[in-house]
Amino acid sequence: MTRAIDAGLVTCTECASVWPRGQGTCGRCGNALQSRHTRSLQRVWAFWLTGLLCYVPANLSPMLVTSTLTGTSANTIVGGAVEIAKHGDIGIAAIVLGASVAIPVAKFLAIAYLAVSVQRGSARSPAARLHLYEAVEFIGRWSMIDVFVVAILSALVQLSVVASIRPGPAALTFALSVIFTMLSARSFDTRLIWDEHNRKT
Amino acid sequence: MGQGGNIGDTAQLIGCPVCDELHQLSRPDEGHRALCRCCGTVLITSRDRAGINILALSVAVMVLVIAATIFPFLSIDAAGIANRVSLWDVATSFRSGLLVLVSVATVLLIVLVPLMRTALLVYVIAPLEFDRPPLPRARGAFRTAQALRPWAMTEVFSIGCAVALVKVSDLAHLEFGPAFWMFSVLSLIVVVADRYLCSWSIWTALEEAEPT
Repeated sequence: MTRAIDAGLVTCTECASVWPRGQGTCGRCGNALQSRHTRSLQRVWAFWLTGLLCYVPANLSPMLVTSTLTGTSANTIVGGAVEIAKHGDIGIAAIVLGASVAIPVAKFLAIAYLAVSVQRGSARSPAARLHLYEAVEFIGRWSMIDVFVVAILSALVQLSVVASIRPGPAALTFALSVIFTMLSARSFDTRLIWDEHNRKT
Repeated sequence: MGQGGNIGDTAQLIGCPVCDELHQLSRPDEGHRALCRCCGTVLITSRDRAGINILALSVAVMVLVIAATIFPFLSIDAAGIANRVSLWDVATSFRSGLLVLVSVATVLLIVLVPLMRTALLVYVIAPLEFDRPPLPRARGAFRTAQALRPWAMTEVFSIGCAVALVKVSDLAHLEFGPAFWMFSVLSLIVVVADRYLCSWSIWTALEEAEPT
């Protein structure tokens, strides 16, 4: 087992070609070459914190404002899911809660764990940590579902006085929170996991 | 992949972008994949007709995105009042104040980014497929297409539709327009097209067609 960094080489993260250390750009695809992304963890934490700061108001302010003949009601993310569950659609309520509460919280925890694990070390194997990272990367985009649902509902349900739905301020903060967590996960240089593992053994 | 014994010639090596492990370069047989021996990441996917498949699927995606944007997407009626919306109306439904930013993001994520990404892929792959020299700045175009990948959220939007449908079903009667079905097909195509795309193979084809 030889790693590029130990052989004095750099791997291009875009096209997987290998170059001598010190070369600035990849001769094959033109990507900037970096043995390890410098300041990877600073970027991870900066985006992580921004995402978290957006996630708090996203849960406190209303996501949807519904006006019907009987009155106006504003629902937060959790409130909306509870409403759906009361109608009997437990399955859909579970999807909404999963996509907008469970997944974002799990994502914040997973990214924080990965970043701390390469800084402080971890008992878990690199393969297990890579699986966790891949899961975070895969799942990240799916949190946008809730924003799209609000977009569809507020475009569609415009039936003058009978019923109308408007987006609330949480639509913005929630979308921002999803985007910043995606950026945070993408800033993480997975090669650091093996660096940390090799230091230990 | 073989052991990375001879480090002398870097052109004969392939590094794993995920864990930095070096391998001796050897192309897998048709229909097979080369995996990183350390972390299992797919390094090379060998498929004979990958190029032409990606081209066909990309053109299909472009046509479907444009069509789905124009044609009515969903229609609703309750108590005699009806409303029909296109995908464009959905994407631009946030109109008040700062929420306009959400509209901008939605248009980008479900219309512009998927369109741009497929256009770039066609730009890069079409000349390779028809044995022509690559078009100017093809490398930059392919790098951009790869960077846009996570931001094209067609499939996510289609699941969003399903959730929205259930949410309004007790409020009003709802009907699917032609664009809705187009978008559902589109989501499937996007997933299939991504499975054909092997970035290592495309970079190699670009290099062979026009050595630097």
